[in-house]
Amino acid sequence: MPMPVPGFPEAAMIVCLFFIFLVPLAGVGISLINAGLGRSRNAGHMMMAAISALSIAAIAYFFCGFAWQGFIGRPGHILILSGKSWNWIAAERFFFRGLALDGSPASLAALLQIFCVGLAALIPLGSGADRWRLRASCASAALLAGWTYPLFAHWVWGGGWLAQLGANYGLGHGFIDAGGASSIHVVGGLSALAVTWILGPRRGKYSSDGMAPAIPGHNGVLVLFGCLLALLGWFGLNSAGAILFTGGVPAQSVLVAINTMLEAAAASLTAAVITGIRFGKPDASLSANGWIGGLVASSATCAFVVPAEAIVIGSIAGALVTFSVEWFELRLEVDDPGGAVSVHAIGGIWGILAVGLFARFHSPILNVAGSSIPVTGGAAPGQWLAQLVGVATLIGFVLPLTYILNWALNRICPFRVAIEGERQGMDLYELGAGAYPEFITHTEDFIPR
Amino acid sequence: MLRPGAFGMRFVGFLLLLTGWLLVLAAIVLLASPASRAGFVLAGVAVEALGLTFVIRSHLIAREDKR
Repeated sequence: MPMPVPGFPEAAMIVCLFFIFLVPLAGVGISLINAGLGRSRNAGHMMMAAISALSIAAIAYFFCGFAWQGFIGRPGHILILSGKSWNWIAAERFFFRGLALDGSPASLAALLQIFCVGLAALIPLGSGADRWRLRASCASAALLAGWTYPLFAHWVWGGGWLAQLGANYGLGHGFIDAGGASSIHVVGGLSALAVTWILGPRRGKYSSDGMAPAIPGHNGVLVLFGCLLALLGWFGLNSAGAILFTGGVPAQSVLVAINTMLEAAAASLTAAVITGIRFGKPDASLSANGWIGGLVASSATCAFVVPAEAIVIGSIAGALVTFSVEWFELRLEVDDPGGAVSVHAIGGIWGILAVGLFARFHSPILNVAGSSIPVTGGAAPGQWLAQLVGVATLIGFVLPLTYILNWALNRICPFRVAIEGERQGMDLYELGAGAYPEFITHTEDFIPR
Repeated sequence: MLRPGAFGMRFVGFLLLLTGWLLVLAAIVLLASPASRAGFVLAGVAVEALGLTFVIRSHLIAREDKR
């Protein structure tokens, strides 16, 4: 019978477990959004890809992911630079060996991470919708879950060098991200960008004169239902993350949940108002993107801002997502059917920076080995710089890394489906059965340009 | 097939991304004054922005070539 771990009460463990069990709903929500924003002839394929990505990510993380990621206070490989220790990767054993699955914070973190890594692996599926082969998406998910995600997550959540920036160099409390805006969403969003670049746009998306006709999602109800399910998942993700990775107490979950809800609400309403003003009517899919963008931003800020600030942060997230979707699609010719790059990468980066701008710390922060960093209350000097260093690491290191890994993978296992598959639909071409078999598939809507 | 110019631009872009990140790391490790550290971190981010511009531009050139 597992015994309560000293310093981590049994009540906290039970509350934390409850929150962790909510997290898969975030994955369900993202999967439904990805399916709904794609074409009907690819809907079954998208859901199959989601299940496969979740499965492969969980297994890859169990095999080697946790060994690279580790947890605060557990073994790590240390570099000494100018007399300061830089914990750059964990030194755990593969297959969870050496990890007691006893309700300790490390075991709860491992459980949470199995779900989180799946969530990160789902994000690129939205950007590769309608053209990404199943086996290639599975291989890419394995790379993300087995290497890219754990490496960065160690730096943030495993007591790594980003988390140590406060203790080593006086940059606030070090890089802080309670719910995974950086390690889950920006990492997933940058992988989505790399995948989109490697795949190229869907056939018919851009005409020879550079025009980009809209290819609307096939089911708005799935998209909006996915948003509501994702909210439940985010309550769990942010609350569990705040307890496990920043040393929050279960009572703090009230603030976390309120801020999560407010940021999503403000972001969605902002997107609806902006699209209403620009296009005459609010756009449902962009409002849904705004909702998720607000949730993503809340992952970083939920535990450290007051509700009024959460509304401001959410509103800015909604505006950023709305404009960046159009910017990526029309200016940069990034064909991202699910809006994954804007929602997860841009929303996440904004959330990370918002911690540096808005966060106030009233309780000790636990993000490095040893003990909690004491706080005097209020803002922490240098926190913005720690957050900026995190963003610079994501763009300057994670983006090239994930691009090169996916580029090499594309050489071994081609990402893009054949023209015939894109025309016929991924459901029939790769799975042999459509998601909506009683419907007639109209292939004449595919017009090569 | 990627045009050599576009390939070179992409390569330089990714190199600049990494360079900008290393500049950020160097600023943290080597500089003690908060102002100079912040200045060099911002300079590193600016180099990354330049790299990102190159990478984006190289993909746009590749798209134009395919049309």
